Amino acid sequence: MDKMPRWADVFLVPFINLCLAFMVSGLVVLAIGENPFDAIYFMVKGALGSTSGIGYTLYYATNYIFTGLAVAVAFHARLFNIGGEGQAIVAGIGVAVVLLLFNWPHWMLALPFAIIGGGSFGALWAAIPAYLQAKRGSHIVITTIMFNFIGAALIGYLLNGILKNPSSQNAETRAFGPGAHLPTAHEILAPLGIEFSKSAPLNIAFILALICAVLVWVLIWRTRLGFQIRAFGQNEDAAKYAGISAVKITIIAMLISGALAGMLAVNVVMGEQERLIKEFVEGAGFVGIAVALMGRSHPFGIVLAALLFGMLTQGGFELLWEMPTVSKELVLVIQALIILFTGALDNMVRDPVERIFLRLRKGRS
Amino acid sequence: MMDSFIQLILTLDMSIRLSVVLLLACLAGLFSERSGIVDIGLEGKMLVAAFFAAAGAYETGSAWVGVLAGCAASLVFSMIHGLASITYRGNQLISGVAINFLASGMTVVLGNAWYRKGGQTPTLSGDARFHDITLPFAEALSDVPVLGPIYSDLLSGHKPLVYLAFLIVPLSWWVLYRTRFGLRLRAVGENPASVDTAGISVVKLRYQALIITGILCGIAGAYLSTAQAAGFGKEMTAGRGYIALAALIFAKWRPWYAMGACLLFGLLEAISNLYPSINIFGLVTIPVQFTQALPYILTVVILAGFVGKAIPPRAGGEPYVKEQ
Repeated sequence: MDKMPRWADVFLVPFINLCLAFMVSGLVVLAIGENPFDAIYFMVKGALGSTSGIGYTLYYATNYIFTGLAVAVAFHARLFNIGGEGQAIVAGIGVAVVLLLFNWPHWMLALPFAIIGGGSFGALWAAIPAYLQAKRGSHIVITTIMFNFIGAALIGYLLNGILKNPSSQNAETRAFGPGAHLPTAHEILAPLGIEFSKSAPLNIAFILALICAVLVWVLIWRTRLGFQIRAFGQNEDAAKYAGISAVKITIIAMLISGALAGMLAVNVVMGEQERLIKEFVEGAGFVGIAVALMGRSHPFGIVLAALLFGMLTQGGFELLWEMPTVSKELVLVIQALIILFTGALDNMVRDPVERIFLRLRKGRS
Repeated sequence: MMDSFIQLILTLDMSIRLSVVLLLACLAGLFSERSGIVDIGLEGKMLVAAFFAAAGAYETGSAWVGVLAGCAASLVFSMIHGLASITYRGNQLISGVAINFLASGMTVVLGNAWYRKGGQTPTLSGDARFHDITLPFAEALSDVPVLGPIYSDLLSGHKPLVYLAFLIVPLSWWVLYRTRFGLRLRAVGENPASVDTAGISVVKLRYQALIITGILCGIAGAYLSTAQAAGFGKEMTAGRGYIALAALIFAKWRPWYAMGACLLFGLLEAISNLYPSINIFGLVTIPVQFTQALPYILTVVILAGFVGKAIPPRAGGEPYVKEQ
């Protein structure tokens, strides 16, 4: 018999953790001399107060769904992929190469190839650490972090070399051209008579993110491969005994993880920038860790957590305008506290809650 | 011939300077991992220490006060890690990652609110920074061929924390292998149950190890912002905490080997700083980005086990749960 009901396990404990994280964040805001309640007001207003705000919130959420799913798939195999950042950077190169190679006639044709380009480059960047972990026993956490740095150096080299737009001062590629333009929320909703902000970068990649979430759910809980991944994550020795190859599962799980992280490039590079710039990932790879932890590695939870972090990011940017002493790294602090409380200090809340439920049950029987 | 000798001395001198941070972080990781606590959060602890050291030194005008402030901040973070991984038996990797993010966010948020310089602290000068120490007779011996430059340029003329760091190496060895505490510490990382059976508190030992880790990371961070640089800069640790972990694996969790590994990584960083674009026989120019990425690439190569088998402390990463 479970120690506490399922709703307490899935909702109550994470909710208390989240509240604790927000309370400590509030203390940080207080420490730099601002009013935390004003900060919450400005953030919520900035994130949801206009269609532009909503558009940005969902645009960031799209990124976080991709990176959150990426971390979650690896988590199911008990692999900690901190390399989402680097995988997305390298995927950006893949997307850019595909889109620069041809003069695409229509986005419907360009999108599948951009997905393949970004996915395969992202998967490749995850495959090397996976191979090294499976075959050579090197620590996947450290190797994926190193690959973040190496990926940043690689894109810097390419954007100052062969991919550089010769007629630009900046380290960037030339624009992809009109045929690679993804429809934005404004363009999709306008024919339906819905007025949506023109400036918000929300685009069709949001739908792609939701599709990916469903596909990950099917993969993890409805396929043989997903079963093998979970079995391997639960008990490596038992899985090996059941004939599941550790090398195979490690590499496949990381390939999928890297490809999912790579989808971020479709949203940002193809959907918003429409050219490749150096710092387009902006920490979204790391946010994925917090999102996966909060969403408890379940696609539905991940989508919810990604929406929350999308609000935090967009609200955080708006907060900068209202409170000059606050910097955008406040979002990083909140994110770190959420990882700390929901991920590492989980038992601090779970143990007392369990005890309360046990006592209630005893009282009843 | 003479030129390349001077060049060599210069490169090695810089390697020593750059390896100090890695060495202190590596020894910090050594104590924590030997006690069975995996610490990905070395990076964050160093970063937060670097910030508070710079802020402390700037406010008081004393670099040593800065070191104390840095150690205090790093200790707080180390205790958070202890709370998560010892008391509440949480995932040590996740706790470490949270600490790293907390440090990189917190330093900029506080720095920007206090100094309004985009997260940087004001530049340190005078006694708020560490100065070079000239060893005895360094001036007099500098004209002696070969040995002169080695003594007066390579060994003399470093910051006090450099000598401190290299003194901590034999000290760590002594503590680990020649004291009762060290024996228990090594035992608790291999087989905590047996230590528990002997009536020694696993929890207390692991917290003690994390205190040492916190202090060493604190000195490392303080060195970064008050000796190597003149003030705190955003993300100034630049992955050195992770490289230190790789060096620790390379060193197979032993203090003297850790020194060797860190000197090697220091040499790599020195090469990438001094010779950003290396030209091979006028044919191929190695790009800057490659030399910058070299320490990271080498970390991957070393971790891939081209250095022999590295066996970590057996209880590493697992929370200890007392038998009921």
